[in-house]
Amino acid sequence: MAIFLDKNSKVIVQGITGAEGTRHTQRMLRSGTRVVGGVNARKAGQELDFTDFASDAVLTVHGSVAEAMDKTGANVSVAFVPPKFTKDAVIEAVDAGIELLVVITEGIPVHDTAEFWAYAQSKGSKTRIIGPNCPGVISPGQSNAGIIPADITGPGPIGLVSKSGTLTYQMMYELRDIGFSTAVGIGGDPVIGTTHIDALEAFEADPETRGIVMIGEIGGDAEERAAAYIKEHVTKPVVGYVAGFTAPEGKTMGHAGAIVSGSSGTAQAKKEALEAAGVRVGKTPTETAGLMREIFQNM
Amino acid sequence: MEYQAKELFAKHDVPVLPGQVAETPDEARRAAEAIGGQVVVKAQVKIGGRGKAGGVKLADDPDDAVAKSEAILGMDIKGHTVHRVLVTEASDIAEEYYVSFLLDRANRTFLAMASVEGGVEIEQLAAERPEALAMIPVDPLAGVDAAKAAEIADAAGFSADVRDQVVTILQQLWTVFTTEDATLVEVNPLVKTPDGKIVALDGKVSLDDNAAFRHDDHARFEDSAAADPLEARAKEKDLNYVKLSGEVGIIGNGAGLVMSTLDVVAYAGEEFNGVKPANFLDIGGGASAEVMANGLEIILSDPEVVSVFVNVFGGITACDAVANGIVHAFELLESRGDSVTKPLVVRLDGNNAEEGRRILADFVASAAAVNLEQVDTMDGAARRAAELAAAGK
Repeated sequence: MAIFLDKNSKVIVQGITGAEGTRHTQRMLRSGTRVVGGVNARKAGQELDFTDFASDAVLTVHGSVAEAMDKTGANVSVAFVPPKFTKDAVIEAVDAGIELLVVITEGIPVHDTAEFWAYAQSKGSKTRIIGPNCPGVISPGQSNAGIIPADITGPGPIGLVSKSGTLTYQMMYELRDIGFSTAVGIGGDPVIGTTHIDALEAFEADPETRGIVMIGEIGGDAEERAAAYIKEHVTKPVVGYVAGFTAPEGKTMGHAGAIVSGSSGTAQAKKEALEAAGVRVGKTPTETAGLMREIFQNM
Repeated sequence: MEYQAKELFAKHDVPVLPGQVAETPDEARRAAEAIGGQVVVKAQVKIGGRGKAGGVKLADDPDDAVAKSEAILGMDIKGHTVHRVLVTEASDIAEEYYVSFLLDRANRTFLAMASVEGGVEIEQLAAERPEALAMIPVDPLAGVDAAKAAEIADAAGFSADVRDQVVTILQQLWTVFTTEDATLVEVNPLVKTPDGKIVALDGKVSLDDNAAFRHDDHARFEDSAAADPLEARAKEKDLNYVKLSGEVGIIGNGAGLVMSTLDVVAYAGEEFNGVKPANFLDIGGGASAEVMANGLEIILSDPEVVSVFVNVFGGITACDAVANGIVHAFELLESRGDSVTKPLVVRLDGNNAEEGRRILADFVASAAAVNLEQVDTMDGAARRAAELAAAGK
């Protein structure tokens, strides 16, 4: 088991012919992911040779997500399309009814994200959207939809949900001796699809996941809401880390969503909310990993 | 700033009072002459509370406008220097209201807020009299039509004599919000003049940087004069840099990891004379030699910086490439005539870390003058960088 993504997942890549799309299709294939096709309306019908990365990977570029799903049986799409085309790409995937859509693209106008999120809701939320501006999701040893390096660690009992890409990698590396069921990078934008809470809910229900690491950062109140959720609904041990204690008010720290406005969105408030919910919060990523390791040693 | 917000309001037909921006007292005189009668001279800074700070003054005539603008120009309001004033028609106010549209992050939608008790800080109103502030979610797909605007106006309790005008203005403000890709459009106060007209007296607009590609005209709203000079230089080089006040220069890859690096350095600094991180700098996934050189150049030119901490986790980018980037950055800086004298602490982990560490070790061994040391862990490297900063302070 794992959450959102497993060895049976069949993945297509929207924007497979672009530089990023091509490069990460290669990496996903090399890590054993079943990438079964791509989408680009202007290059429909092309055959792409990825056999250097997986022996049978000659992938067809389809004209639409619906066509790709019809021809390949794909249930997951990873989008590497430029920001100005992302809204349309998401709407296309939602209309096709894909189960999981991972939006890697960074720099999408928040009005576009709000619109495609509202659109997905209006269509009954059948598509799980992860991102945008995220590294994707990996179930080590099974499948990798996105850009998370597959060789950091192998399968294991830890579930990880994080707003940040490199902190995800760092945490997987710190706990590589224990391993992960699934790591989900939900992205650092102000509006995102899958939230900490969605991932926590899925990890709680996943029998293979026995402990959860949650990484947050300044901005918004997603961590506070996650804390309230943990208190009510999560029985598995959770450790937390929050980045941005030293961030000044009113400055965007790299991620579009990482900004402290007035007294809201501070790292301190998030840490306190998590601790009040019984989550142990580490001062550094290494200390946080240590807390998780301790929990597993005592299990 | 107010005058920029009003420019966007006027572009979308939201009623505003006639006004002109002035950067000198002489320009303020001409503005007052053009407007005629009593005028208001208002400091233009990106911070609230201008009135209380003495940054908004009534002027009886053009001579008085000169005097008032002389008093306001150059004034410091909460750390913001006043470089320009807005001279507007003075208006009598019968009533003050509040309206805004904003991004509601928590609910992943938009929100309209409105109150017939305007003119005060909205946070204060929300805290003290929440029942006086109507908050109505707005579906991004449906937007604000006449019916939605009426729903907002009625929820706030606008009286019948102004309701139609408010309904129209709400739709115009929604147009500002969507067509300009704003994350906030706020009018405070929206006023009723004694003759019953509704006018946006003061306002604020926050624009989404991510949407800049479809708004060529938004670049001019950036206040380059107010920006930190290092931040301005970093921006020219497309670097994601924020100046802070501290002694340990920071370079890292990935926004989350860099934020975390600042925190870890600040903790370590508690042991070492209270040294703090000097900046946020995310060189992103690529971390090419040129980006590394540009980043190092900015950080080393910060006179407050005593030591530098380069913290990289090799994910997609391999650490050997990052190490080569650092070596080339040294060479590039030397060739530009900036020799690197401040100590660097480097921590490389992840993809190809061993090769990266070897490249740096060879580089240090080959050049006696290179002041660079490697520490294997993030926490340990942060400690060492803080220690060096405290020692060299």
